[in-house]
Amino acid sequence: MLEDELLDCLGHGAFRYFVDAVNPANGLVADRSRKDCPASIAVVGFALSAYTVAVERGWLTREDAAARTLVTLRFFEASAQGSTPDMTGYKGFYYHFLDLQSGKRLWQCEVSPIDTALLFAGVLTAAAYFNDATSSEVEIRALARELYGRIDWDWARNGKAAVAQGWKPECGFLHYGWQGYNEAALLYILGLGSPTHPLPSLSYVAWTATYQWERIYGCDLLYAGPLFVHQFSHAWIDFRKIQDSFMREKGSDYFQNSCRAVDVQREYARRDPNEYGTYGPDCWGLSAGDGPGLGTMRVRGRERRFFEYVARGVPFGPDDGTIAPGAALASLPFAPVLALSAVRHFLEQYPEWEESWQLPSGVNPAAPGADSRGWISEGSYGLDQGLAVLMIENYRSGLIWKLMRNSPPIRLGLKRAGFRGGWL
Amino acid sequence: MTASLSRRGSSLPGRYHLLIVGAGPAGLIAAQAAVRRGAKVALIERDLLGGTCLHKGCVPSKVIIRTSRLYREMRDAEHLGGRVPSGIEVDFPAVMGRMRRIRARLSERVSAERLATSGIDVYFGDARFAGPDSVTVDGNVLRFKKALVATGARPVRPPIAGLEESGYLTYENVFDLTECPKRLLVIGGGPVGCELAQAFARLGTRVTLVQDEPMFLGHEERDAAQLLSDALARDGIEIHLDTQTTRVRVEGSDKVADLVHDDAQRTVSVDQILVGVGTIPNVEGLNLEAAGVAYDSTGGIPVDDFLRTTNPCIFAAGDVCAENKFPHIETAAGRIVVENALFLGRQRLSAEVIPWCTFTDPEIAHVGMYVNEARQRNIPVKTFTVLMHEVDRAITDGEEEGFVKVHVREGTGKILGATVVASHAGDLINEISLAMSAGVDFHALAQVNQPYPTQSQAIRMAASAYVESRRMSVGAWLMTKLML
Repeated sequence: MLEDELLDCLGHGAFRYFVDAVNPANGLVADRSRKDCPASIAVVGFALSAYTVAVERGWLTREDAAARTLVTLRFFEASAQGSTPDMTGYKGFYYHFLDLQSGKRLWQCEVSPIDTALLFAGVLTAAAYFNDATSSEVEIRALARELYGRIDWDWARNGKAAVAQGWKPECGFLHYGWQGYNEAALLYILGLGSPTHPLPSLSYVAWTATYQWERIYGCDLLYAGPLFVHQFSHAWIDFRKIQDSFMREKGSDYFQNSCRAVDVQREYARRDPNEYGTYGPDCWGLSAGDGPGLGTMRVRGRERRFFEYVARGVPFGPDDGTIAPGAALASLPFAPVLALSAVRHFLEQYPEWEESWQLPSGVNPAAPGADSRGWISEGSYGLDQGLAVLMIENYRSGLIWKLMRNSPPIRLGLKRAGFRGGWL
Repeated sequence: MTASLSRRGSSLPGRYHLLIVGAGPAGLIAAQAAVRRGAKVALIERDLLGGTCLHKGCVPSKVIIRTSRLYREMRDAEHLGGRVPSGIEVDFPAVMGRMRRIRARLSERVSAERLATSGIDVYFGDARFAGPDSVTVDGNVLRFKKALVATGARPVRPPIAGLEESGYLTYENVFDLTECPKRLLVIGGGPVGCELAQAFARLGTRVTLVQDEPMFLGHEERDAAQLLSDALARDGIEIHLDTQTTRVRVEGSDKVADLVHDDAQRTVSVDQILVGVGTIPNVEGLNLEAAGVAYDSTGGIPVDDFLRTTNPCIFAAGDVCAENKFPHIETAAGRIVVENALFLGRQRLSAEVIPWCTFTDPEIAHVGMYVNEARQRNIPVKTFTVLMHEVDRAITDGEEEGFVKVHVREGTGKILGATVVASHAGDLINEISLAMSAGVDFHALAQVNQPYPTQSQAIRMAASAYVESRRMSVGAWLMTKLML
């Protein structure tokens, strides 16, 4: 199959998740394809972005995409905000998981700054894309402005420099903030770019103060173990040739850094230090994702501990032999040849994936499964499918990157974070 | 070159050149160093010579850790190409018996008799300052020119409801156990908690480890703490991070603890509870006010960089004042006090390169600055990382877990600090400590010839990565110039 055809299949297949898993009444999208799964606000953010791709690729009409977007934004606009436990959000932020039907908080989960940031990356993508004068598109832009303006980013610091991981009505702020290099770049940039309650610049400084610039396997990079950390913010922001003060000091940029992260992942897979015997040059990608969850068991003479959904990373672990095929696919903009080669390898090993063209969250040939190929995650996860849609499109046309380059909050946030150069 | 004092020719008969309160590592080192150089030394101890380290801390814990490692290796024999022995049973009395024998053997080196033979006047009893230059002990008044307070610290008793009534262990009495608890709750994820949790788990105890911070060993690097967390989980320890123990009670023969993580609550039933949440300095009863020595019941005795207290003739060292409570810091402090108190020295504690190590498996050792400390001081820092799975000897030993990270001031070869996570990290860190103490640039470590294969090759590999990186930078710079 030619590259274009393959990417069409993968992109469209991944997009179908959002058609299948959405509640059309409120625009909320299930976290994963399992029955009775709640909605995840982060997945909604990916959905809102994916609708714009769908229009450009002819999978949805513009009117349909705008209507889906509008339903979603109207839901969030009308949803209850407050400090009591049965709300949908607080201080403009939203709870991580919501009931797919009622939109109320589930599982006593936290008001989540990072997941709210992922949601609003989608909201702002929609606002940038739907720029016509039709009443729907005018309303989309107005709602996006209103909802984004509601968020009290500064509150989320809890008086400290870095943003807290979350807040619950039962216990207040969770105990630790976002530190070290991780997917929170997007959170800080959106927080800094707020016209109403922005984060102060010192919060970004505090976050980057915990960075580590390391030489690992001959690669100089800003270290983060799981591959998704090097991908999530890049789904929306084109980090090519723009630098904050840290990257200026290192003579690099975050895009280049993600390219190196792929190299480190492949090198780790080549070395296979835990001797799973299943990794290789086309079988790599340790990231956050589903896992066998079998606990500790002895496999081929070694005690192995198989995790459930967890952020796996290299080279310091955790590594239970589970590969996230979607993480390799989402590396497309950074290492297209390597990513495509890995995807083709996975499709050869698991040809049944071509039925849906949705890559599962994880595979672990070292863990017992239904057949000799070991454990395979059931169904699909919205985050994986959303990331696939956006990264494939960024690789092919740069659509999302181009849209967000012109998004005022993104531009302002990047500038307040000290980014300069390139398209900025 | 060192000066010396004449013990017998003192112009102030009856007055000690150096009076030391506390015979732990700092006190003993200071006493031995001072008397070797001719000083008249009094050493006062109210309990056992050798202090916590020898009797209740480092020494007994290392003995037990070694045996527990053996049991782990037996169970893991297949991984190393061996056969798992059948019917592995832990003989806990034998474990504790070995610990007591080794402790007694090492205690012999610091017996009162030996110290007295070396010329130190040893007094047993509670010391109490009677004035700025005198101490009473067991009815005697001892006068001094200089004094050192090295009374150490004791375990913090956390204010957990019901804990006192339910009874619990600390490092002070855990080594008195005669039976291995079947179920143990360890409160505290610092060095003591992690080491003992792992050791007991390997001896067959079902261990629950509760830490109120989001990661173990709060001050260590995130990756080191993550590896430790994984290792502890592999040993079967039930881990609860970012979790508070809010209440303890006795139900039948069980001790039941309530744990709270954010808003989620659970209870755990155990046979014993071990608390390792830090120490508080032993400053009570010393009548430090009479000596003009300021102190704080939680922070201890404040000292300057020369280890002087607010009374310039009285020094303090070790756990009674220091932030990092490790015996090798105490020994360094003991040496410094002797120089500064008796020989007009100007030695600073901050000038010392002091590594430390948590003796879990893998061990976690550190020296110098952490990256975030360097960045807070606006020092550009680059870390050279070698994974232990890149090191031939670690592979042959089946000890591939861990890394060597050396933090270097970017653009120079100055080593700022290092973290080592490895089976023998406590030994590996010494090469880096030596380089830092001697002011040796990192590139020099790439030239060190080492026997092959050794695990310390990891350090040379990190240094070689640095050399290669420098060559590439220079090469890139030259290319830029040539192209211009």
